[in-house]
Amino acid sequence: MISLTSPVRTRAHDWPAGAKLAGLCLATLGLFFSADPLVHLAALVAVLALYAAPGAQFLRTGLRSLWMLWPFVLVVAVFHLIDGSAGQGAVIVMRLVTAVALANLVTMTTRLSDMIAVVRWLTTPLRRLGLKTRALEIAMALVIRMTPVLLDKGAALTESWRARSPRRPNWRIVLPFTLLALDDADHISDALRARGGLVSPED
Amino acid sequence: MERNVVMIALFAALIAVLGLIPKITLAFGVPITAQSMGVMLCGTVLGARRGALACLLFLLLVAIGLPLLSGGRGGLGLFVSPSAGFLIGWPVAAFVTGWIVEHWRGAPLTLVAGLASVLGGIVVLYGFGIAGMALVLEKSLLEAAALVTAFVPGDILKAAIAGMLTAALAKARPGSLLSRAA
Repeated sequence: MISLTSPVRTRAHDWPAGAKLAGLCLATLGLFFSADPLVHLAALVAVLALYAAPGAQFLRTGLRSLWMLWPFVLVVAVFHLIDGSAGQGAVIVMRLVTAVALANLVTMTTRLSDMIAVVRWLTTPLRRLGLKTRALEIAMALVIRMTPVLLDKGAALTESWRARSPRRPNWRIVLPFTLLALDDADHISDALRARGGLVSPED
Repeated sequence: MERNVVMIALFAALIAVLGLIPKITLAFGVPITAQSMGVMLCGTVLGARRGALACLLFLLLVAIGLPLLSGGRGGLGLFVSPSAGFLIGWPVAAFVTGWIVEHWRGAPLTLVAGLASVLGGIVVLYGFGIAGMALVLEKSLLEAAALVTAFVPGDILKAAIAGMLTAALAKARPGSLLSRAA
């Protein structure tokens, strides 16, 4: 499965993921507690500079994922222009764009394996308490594997619908699709149990 | 144990796949997808606890950067965006939906699951969504609510389908309807 990590290698790819995430938390908190338009303008320019630094391709990918914010920017802009409080509106819009852009930046520069390592580290206290986090790790892997499998099954069902009906497939296809998925789940849990289950001997 | 974990993972994957059914984007960018029907089904089929866990697992994978949300979206940015409240509300919505299906046994399952989906997947979820939007956009709750009312009819339709699907699944695979297993 393709993750959203940028294929363009940046220096930030090598920084520890935990540090990037902690920095992101601090920066986002800072943004939400500041109401000074100059601070927000500086932050926005700084983030855009970070996007531009690794090159044009990185910048394009980054801006594309920010594009989803335009309806909100439009609504806030119109609201505050009518309201006569354009300054406040500008702060809200800049804060929104900067916060989302910063978070996306961390996603783009952190490999999936590094993120999973952070998740594993974050669940350390649970293991100390005696909880088994192996189930969580297997479940994450299962979702990543099962999503494309389910997609294929859905496509096959759609094809057989098309072969039999002149009408377009509609929501009725969800029932046989879910049944297929449920039967798969039974087989997978049998297979897991046959291989020793989720509780490994060292637990 | 194995079966529970696999079912939770399966429904997390199901939410992802439902997000790939072509979407319609209405005003204000929150797209209408079948994904929220996946959240309702998590509750009605898996029950409160497992349904909420399936949603949490899905959100965790989105947070670490997999493009599983409708339109191939994903990553940490979504959790500070105006629609973050809806995402955070998913596990709670699935929990409430599942809790109702587990405890209300007196009526036909289609009706129970449908109404549970309305209460959990619409009332509770919109509560979270509207609060999140009001917070990020610095608008009042009423103004934020006005931005999302356009999605309510679509979600009522999805709740009805979720109800019918749950009843049909209960007939076809009674053993898999974990919300009514005990």
